[in-house]
Order: sequence, then C-alpha cells, then structure tokens
Amino acid sequence: MIELDGLHKAFGARKAVDGVSFTASDGQITGLLGANGAGKTTTLRMLYTLMQPDRGRIVVDGLDARTQPLAVRARLGVLPDARGLYRRLSARENIEYFAALQGMDGAATRLRVATLVQALDMSAIIERRVEGFSQGERLKTAIARALIHDPGNVVLDEPTTGLDVMATRGLRDFLRGLKAEGRCVLFSTHIMQEVAALCDRIVILAHGRVVADGTPAALRDLAQEQNLEEAFIKIIGAVALEELA
Amino acid sequence: MNAVLVVFIKECRESLRDRRVLFNVLLLGPLLGPLLFVILLRLTISRELAQADRALPVAIVGAERAPNLIAALRAQGLEPMPAGADVEAAVRAQQLDLALRITDSYAADWRAGRPAQVELIYDSSRRDAGAQVQRLRAMLENYSRRTAALRLMVRGLAPSLGTALAVAARDQATPQGRGALLFAMLPYFLILSAFVGGLWLAIDSTAGERERASLEPLLVNPVPRARILAGKVLATSAFSLASLILSLLAFMIAGHFLPAGELALSLRLGPLVVGAILPIMIPLVLLLVVAQILVTSFASTAREAQTYLSLLQLLLVIPSVVLSVLPFRPQLWMYAVPLLGQQLSIVQLLRGETLSASAPGLCAAVTLLVAVGAFHYARRNYESERLALSG
Repeated sequence: MIELDGLHKAFGARKAVDGVSFTASDGQITGLLGANGAGKTTTLRMLYTLMQPDRGRIVVDGLDARTQPLAVRARLGVLPDARGLYRRLSARENIEYFAALQGMDGAATRLRVATLVQALDMSAIIERRVEGFSQGERLKTAIARALIHDPGNVVLDEPTTGLDVMATRGLRDFLRGLKAEGRCVLFSTHIMQEVAALCDRIVILAHGRVVADGTPAALRDLAQEQNLEEAFIKIIGAVALEELA
Repeated sequence: MNAVLVVFIKECRESLRDRRVLFNVLLLGPLLGPLLFVILLRLTISRELAQADRALPVAIVGAERAPNLIAALRAQGLEPMPAGADVEAAVRAQQLDLALRITDSYAADWRAGRPAQVELIYDSSRRDAGAQVQRLRAMLENYSRRTAALRLMVRGLAPSLGTALAVAARDQATPQGRGALLFAMLPYFLILSAFVGGLWLAIDSTAGERERASLEPLLVNPVPRARILAGKVLATSAFSLASLILSLLAFMIAGHFLPAGELALSLRLGPLVVGAILPIMIPLVLLLVVAQILVTSFASTAREAQTYLSLLQLLLVIPSVVLSVLPFRPQLWMYAVPLLGQQLSIVQLLRGETLSASAPGLCAAVTLLVAVGAFHYARRNYESERLALSG
C-alpha cells in the first residue's frame, strides 16, 4: 500500500508538485492521469526516493520513506521514466544484476527469472544481448528487472510509451495479473484509454495538484459525462479556468 | 553478496566485452609510451654514434693559404669541401652546417709567430650542428696546442709553460644515473598509462550511464549510493592498474631493445625496480581514478566527460615538465605533493639510489588522503538529486 500525504516539490520558482495526496491500495490498479508537465514523474520520483519532497509524507507498507528509504525501495518495483539497459549484457544478465543488488541469492533469482520469463513471454530473448532489442523487448526486460525481487508494490512511469497495439495489450494483461496476485499497482499515463481500460481508481493531476480522485464511474458522475475522456477534459478545463480567474 | 562487489563484477564484465576498452587498456595505454620511448632513444643514440665515427665534412675558404693546418685536420678525420662564394649566406640558409675560413693574413701572421686567425662560421640556434662545431673546435685547439708546444721547445722552454691550468673532468654520474636522465620521462609514461587505462570505464560508468538513462533505475535499488560508487571506483582502478602493469612489463622488455651498452647506459628496468615502482604507484592509481570519476560525475554526456578528462590529462604532464626544466634538489615536502612525489620516487629508483622509508611513506599517505577526500566529494555529488536525472 502506498500513501502520499501533502507532497510539495519546487524547482526554483516553479512548483512542480503542489500538495499531492492520494492512496494506492493493494489488489488495485491506480492510474495517475495528467497532461505532460502535470507533475506525474516528479511525484513518482519522490515516491521511490530519488528526490526528497520539500514537504509532505510518503508511507509504503507502513514505512516512512524519509526515515527508511532503503526499506521503502526494497518494497517497490519501479519502472522509471528512464529505463536504459546495459547493451553489452544479455537480458538475463541485466535482470540478474538487479537481483544481486536486491540481495537475492542465485537459486531464488533463477526461480524468479523463470517465472517472469513465463509471465512476460520472454523465452526467445532472455539469453540475447540487449543491443538490437525492439522497444517492446526492452520494456519487457526493464519490467522483469524492476520486479525481480517480487515486490508488493509496483510503480510504473508511462509504461506504454512507444509500444505498439499488441505489446500494449500484452502489458495490460500483465498488469491485471499483478493485481490478481494482490499487489498494489500504480502507473502514470497521459492516455485516457489506458486508465479507462485498466484502473480501479483514477487520480487526475493538473498543475501539480490532485484535481479528481475516484473510480472511473465516480469521475463520470462528477463531470456528468458518459465518456471518460470528455469527463477528463471537463475536469482539467475547469482547473485551467480556475487558474485564470 | 556485497553490493560493492556486485557493481564491481558487472562493470568489469561489461567492459571486457567492449573492444574499445580492450584496445585502450591493453594496447594504446601501456604500449604507446614504451614504443615511443624506444624509437626516440634509438634515434638519438644511433645518431650520436654515427656522428662520432664519421668523417667531418667542412667547407673551407682559403684552404690553399694553410696546407699544413689542412693536412693536420685531415689526419683527425676532417674532410675538406670546396666552399662557395658566400659561406655566411649558405650557413644562414642551412645549406651548410658549418664552414671554416682561413683569413687573408693567415700566412703572414703564421710566419711572424703572431696568432693566425681562422673563422668558424655556424648557426648556434641549430642544435644538430652543435656536435660538429664542437668536433672542429677541438681539432683546431689540438693543432694550436701542438704547434705552440713545438715553438716553445724550439726556443728551449718547457712546453708545460704554455699550460697554466690542467683541467681534468671526473664525471661522478653512475652509469644508471646517466641512464636515468634519459628515463626522466618514464614516470610520466607510467602515470599516463594508468590514466588512459581507467579513462573509458570512468566515462562509461557515470556520464555514459546517465546518457543511456540506466542510472535512474540503478539508483532505485535499495543500495546506498556510496557502495555503487565504490564498486565503480574499484572496477575502474582494476583496469587502470592492469594498464599500468602491462606498461611496466613493456618497459622491461623495451629496455632490451636499446643499444644501451654502447653509451654505458644501463636503462634496464629489472624486476626489482618494477616491484618497487608498483607500490609507489598504487595510491596514485586510486587517486587518478577517483579524480576521473569525480570529474565525469559533473558531466551529463560521455562527450562532455571526455572534454573534462582531457583537461585533467594535461595536468599530469606538469610535474615532468617542472622536473626537467628546474632540476632542483628533492626536498621532503615535495614528496607530499601527489604526482610530484611519485615522479621523484621513481626517478630516484631508476638512478639506482636507495629510497629512505619516510619519503615514499609520506607520498603514499598524502596521496591516499587526497583520494579519500576526493571520494567523499564524489559521493556527495552522487547523492545529489541532480545526478540520476538524465537529459
């Protein structure tokens, strides 16, 4: 379970995140929806302790990120915005490197890699060097690397960027699988269809603030729209008008 | 397994798969120095030898006025050449290395017992002509002294009256010492090979990782950043050290290709000397690597890091230049200056002198201290938020 409470982060005069609070529960997929520059990546970076919030609290499975950053990171499986792999290593070696950094032993690693290869359909590429991988193959490797330690909480920053339709569909199935296993899944996106297809819960960010938070049905009701995309535009639009006023 | 070791193994494994790294570490770094060294030395030595044995061709103006002088010079190895109308212009234009003019009044002065004048025409700014001028001057002085002695004897005086001072040169340089003069550049080559050996990995493991956007996922692992940094420093040090050791071996082998016996120079780098150089260099290897990683952690792309490091590389040559331009006596404090201290210690070893324990000890202690300081600075840099964000 991930709890964010009153996060603030400014870069100079620009307030990237301005009081973000929400909770992502276990066994649910939570979507963090927002336009480019709404503060999604910065919020997630604070969550996985790459950045320190100026104010606010982050609690993962009851652990405070400020006082126990290493324990928090150990409980998170993170696919960051930057997801570079080591080109001269094979997919397996890339994954095993992170397993070793997570402190896993050889036997547990082999077992877990086998599970992930099965789940992500990677058997054709697992022994190949990453150099020359397609976008989809890179993403699978990066996801396997992020989840090697079997974390209870999964955080993905724009996971579908650059994927074709088939790969996107495969990824959705995979995320549903994670949810079925009782994990807390949190992902960010700027694409409406993503959240509509997947999420139990939607948090909409605009200008560094949470402007709506609820189930897809609740958001449709809030905006009094049948179509979620229309609802999104209406909610964001209302905020923009508010900013102008 | 400790995270430091995990990072170390991964960095080594990845680098060993890169041909560019292997080329730098195993070939370019260690072999370029010794090769350059042997070629330069062979060239200098063989040239000096050749000049000493060969006949000395000299353009002579007015040779007909002094047939006895010419005959005596010829006996000493001079080869008279016909001179053109304007020898001064020919020397200035570098068509002639040097020329000798017998003045018009030579014959008259000679017969009257007055000093008869000859003129040496040369260009002192041309270094390669210097040896020839020296040889001709010695031949002339030889002839002058002999004739003067004969004249004194003819007048019934002892020839020794004409020599007020007897100057005997007693060179105290040991053969090794003379060799070490030529070896003054060796410490620089060693330091350079250590630097080049670590260069690529230092760039790749920080700036390169940032550029390829793999640093952010790496830092999300539950490992303190200081350990990740330490693993990278160790891996880079291993490559740097490998390059240094190969370079030392290459110098050991290169010593056998020098025509050293002919100039009584013993430029041989024996296993004992190499064994003593290595512990002197190890703290410096660490310092160089930490400095490289510190500098590259300020760069966001590999290209930028390369620019910074080539500036750092320029600093390495400073002690060598200082030592060759200002040949001062080594003071204890100089050993406390990293780079200079190692340079002095190695030069001393090459000269066959025994090192006191305090100087290299001080050198190693200060160098390690600076390395630790630089590591902490690099760690702070590593722990900043800015570091992981690529692009």
